[in-house]
Order: sequence, then structure tokens, then C-alpha cells
Amino acid sequence: METIAIPAINLAVVMPEVILSIVAMVLLLVNVFVPGKNKGYLGFLSLIGLAVTAASTVSAWGLPVLGFNGTVVQDNFAIFFKVIFLISAALAILISDRYMVQEECNQGELYPLILFATIGMMLMASGTDLMVIFLGLELLSICLYVLAGFNRASLKSNEAGLKYFLLGAFSTGFLLYGMALTYGATGSTKIQVIYSFVAGNPAVATNPLFVIGMLLIAVGFSFKIAAAPFHMWTPDVYEGAPTPITAFMSAGPKAAGFAAFIRVMIFAFPMLNAHWTQVLWILAVLTMTVGNVIALSQDNIKRMLAYSSIAHAGYALVGFTACNAQGAAGILFYMLSYAFMNIGAFAVIILIGKKGEKNGNVQDFAGLGFKKPLLAVIFSVFLFSLAGIPPTAGFIGKFYLFSAAIKSGYVGLAIIGVLNSAASVYYYLRVMVYMYMKDPTEEFDWAGATPSIAICLLACVGATLVLGIVPGVVLEWAQKAVMF
Amino acid sequence: MLALNNYLIVSAILFAIGTVGVLTRRNAIVIFMCVEMMLNAVNLTFIAFSKYLGNIDGQVFVFFVMTVAAAEAAVGLALMIAFYKNRESIDVEDVNLMKL
Repeated sequence: METIAIPAINLAVVMPEVILSIVAMVLLLVNVFVPGKNKGYLGFLSLIGLAVTAASTVSAWGLPVLGFNGTVVQDNFAIFFKVIFLISAALAILISDRYMVQEECNQGELYPLILFATIGMMLMASGTDLMVIFLGLELLSICLYVLAGFNRASLKSNEAGLKYFLLGAFSTGFLLYGMALTYGATGSTKIQVIYSFVAGNPAVATNPLFVIGMLLIAVGFSFKIAAAPFHMWTPDVYEGAPTPITAFMSAGPKAAGFAAFIRVMIFAFPMLNAHWTQVLWILAVLTMTVGNVIALSQDNIKRMLAYSSIAHAGYALVGFTACNAQGAAGILFYMLSYAFMNIGAFAVIILIGKKGEKNGNVQDFAGLGFKKPLLAVIFSVFLFSLAGIPPTAGFIGKFYLFSAAIKSGYVGLAIIGVLNSAASVYYYLRVMVYMYMKDPTEEFDWAGATPSIAICLLACVGATLVLGIVPGVVLEWAQKAVMF
Repeated sequence: MLALNNYLIVSAILFAIGTVGVLTRRNAIVIFMCVEMMLNAVNLTFIAFSKYLGNIDGQVFVFFVMTVAAAEAAVGLALMIAFYKNRESIDVEDVNLMKL
């Protein structure tokens, strides 16, 4: 048995993660040693930390750099995803303060936890070894379990945390077993080595260890991206978790799941894609259909958006099934636009929310269009984008994903996707019908927008429209990011 | 010296027992113990392969799995305590505020 050779340490490859870890740890200490009930300043400091990390991430754009004996890589693919994670963390932090004060669970640990979760996502995107991907995933998941149950006094939040924990740990077991079997069949946990092994031994495709391993890995990641039939946790956790955390979970971790999923499937098993695209085809159809059909009958707006987020994972899976550069670029673009439009929608929900989330139903939006016209228009932009109506980012993203599927010959899949998208218009427009065509049943508890929520809304609306009208530059970046 | 297959069969059985336990048990702590059993089945698989392949990666992986499992236990038990304080129960049948 060999001994372990200490690899050359190249910290530059993980510089963004290092910076963010330091910021998060310092903030934990600041939270302990600075007295006072107002924790908003921690959010401000986190935003600065995220900005510095983003600058460090983007500056690495260009040729891929391997580090730590080839277990992490800083390539354009990882950088694009990291920018998505940093943006969703920043937007979630912007909408957190008001909600947490209102719900009286204004603990300072919220911000470091969001930052640690972000570090986990970043490791998932740049990990090229199953070990690193697993560690990133767990760092993310453990932080999210705590965040989902963050409002300790609320039974709903407790339930969300407990459910997410039990099911998340369960799915981790499957993912790990898949990794163990893949390791046994190929002799390595490094994606590069697995790739060369599979390329050199095509017979491995019929090795039961390998096939079961690959399927179990797919199950583990499907759970994380909330693909049907592994989506059962999503509605309960999204409904019960504090709203800013729901917004964060629906954008960042979903993108991180896709990043790791794509990294493992497209990078490690590219020559087997005839096999696993069949599995993805079924997953995509199930996910879109289940998400949209159940969303039709939801009254609670957070629950509706939870099912809608399942459906959106399905659209992204369509691009994944296509398994070409356009499909992968489409997923990148879609995840970016989804982060803006979905967190924006949740920001509006927070803004009109009452203590204890007492008005979380679609009916509670009645008359918003007359009482708060500007807010209603902003919300409409997000709903149009989620439904995929031009000129918004959601339309471009879906168009790109479905055309990638057609390019690869999956015409049927694209048609199912478009039909699903049409069905989804019903439940998004239903909210707008309430906003503009019904009289308000009760007064809105209007506390006014804090500057941070206003900035978040402005950024989200701006990005949703800009990505919808002039997507060229960002699409070009996404295409460069997937040139493996 | 037992063959690789024996270890793999034992770990597959352990994993299956853990899975069935998660699906059938009602007490959250017992469910969590079943999850831990699944993770340890995975550890056994890793070590068996590591020995068989003469490759140390699998054993390193096991260390990480154990560390993560410990962190997960800390967080999970804390969540259960928070739930118990509000609900005075740790039965998953009582985790039912939100339904389809």
C-alpha cells in the first residue's frame, strides 16, 4: 500500500473560498463580542466579504488551474457558478434583516451560516474529486439544516429543519454509497482518473457495481436539486423555513446541485451519456410535470413557489438531457436568471408579510395592484419571468434550454417542456388576477421597504429585464464557461 | 482472509437494514441511528475496496465521512431538541403541521 504524498499547496486556486471562510469566522467572533440587539451591521459586513470574494473569483477567469493534487480546479465553469452562488447569498442577506427582526429571531449567526453554506457550494462547483464534492455538499447541507430551523420559536420552522435534516442525511447515504461503488469499480475518487479509466475500459459500463454506483450518485444529486420523485421534502421545507432562507435555498443550493451533477456526469462519464441521458429524460419529464401539476392547486404562496422551483429544476434537466454545450450553457444562464427572479419574488412576499407569516396565501395579494402599484408591477415582472414570457430572463433561458434539446434530437422532450411551461402560466397569472382584479379583503400591514430590500428588488428587476432584453454578453460568458 | 465479495455483501445488507429502518421507524432518533448505520455500511465498502485495490483514497474518504457524520449528529440532535421543546414529542408522526 502506498504512502500519502503531501501535494504541492497552491492556495491561489482556493483563494475565494479562503477569503470567504476568514470573513465568516471573523463575523462569528464579532457577533459574540459586540453587544447589542441590532445585527444588521453583520449583514453589511457579509456583503463586503461577498464582494471581495466575487472580485477574487472573477479575476481567475481564463485558463483552468488545478490545485491540491488535482482535487480542486478553478475553471470558467466553476467561476460562473460561483458568481451565481455569491449573488444569491448577497440577495438573501439583503432581504434577511427586516424579516428576522419582524419574526423576533434576529440572531447574528444567520449571516456566517449563509456564508459557510456559500463556501460549501463553491467547493461543490470546483471540486474535481468525489471527496471534495462530498465535503462541499455536506458543508452546504449542514448549514442549511440549521438555517431551515432558524426560527426556533416557530413550530413550522422546527418541522422544516427536522424534515430537511432527516431526509437530507438519508439522501447523503445514497450519494455516498454511489461514490463508494464507483470508487470500487474504477479505482479512484478523482474525476479525471475515473474518466480515463472509463475511456480505457468500455466494458465497465456493464459492471453492476459501476452502474448501481452511477445511479445512486444520480439519486443523491436529484434529491439536492429537488427533482421528482425525490422532491417530497421541498414543499414542506420551503414553506416552513424563514422566507429569506427559502429564497436562498431555491436559488443557490439548487445551482450547486446542478454544478456538481454536471461535473460528475459530463466530466467523468461522457462516453456513457447514451445510458444516463435516458435516466435524465425520465427525471426531467417527471420533475416538470409533478411540479407544475401540483403547483396548480396551491394556495400558500411559498408552497406554490416551492412546486414551481421543482418545475424549474425540470426545465434545467431538459438542458442536461440534451447533453451538449448549448444545454450546459443554458443551465448556467437559467440558474443565474432564476436566482434573480425567484429571490425577487420572495423579497416581495417578505415586504408585504405580517408577523408569523399570517398572510402567506394567494388571496392575501388581493388588491395589491391598487394599494401598492409599483410593488405590484415589480412582482408581475418576476411572475412573468417565472412563467417564461418575453421580454424577461425566464423566456430566454427556457428558449435556450428547449432549443438545446431539439438540437440533440429530443423533440418530444422539448414539446413536453413547452406544454408544461404553458400550464405554469395559470398559477403565476392567478396571483396577478388577485392583485389587479379583486378588491382587498384586509389592509396591508405596510412597514415600508427598508433600503436593503429596495436595493435587492431593484437589482432583481433590473437583472431580470436586462438578461431578457440583452442576454448576449452573459450567454457568451456561459458558453465560454462550458468549453471543457 | 475473506474475499472482497463477503465484505461487500455484509455492507450491502447493513445498508439495506438502515434504509428499511429509516422508512419504517417513527422515532426521529431511531431514524437518525439508521442513517448512521447506512453511513457506516458505506465506510465498510470504502475500506474493503481500499484494501482490495491497494489504494489509500478509500480510507481517507472514511475519515471524512466519520467527521461529517459527527457534525451532522450535533446539528441533528439540536434540531430534535428544538422540535421537542415546542411539541413535546420526537415522533415523526407529529411532524405534520404542513401537509400536501
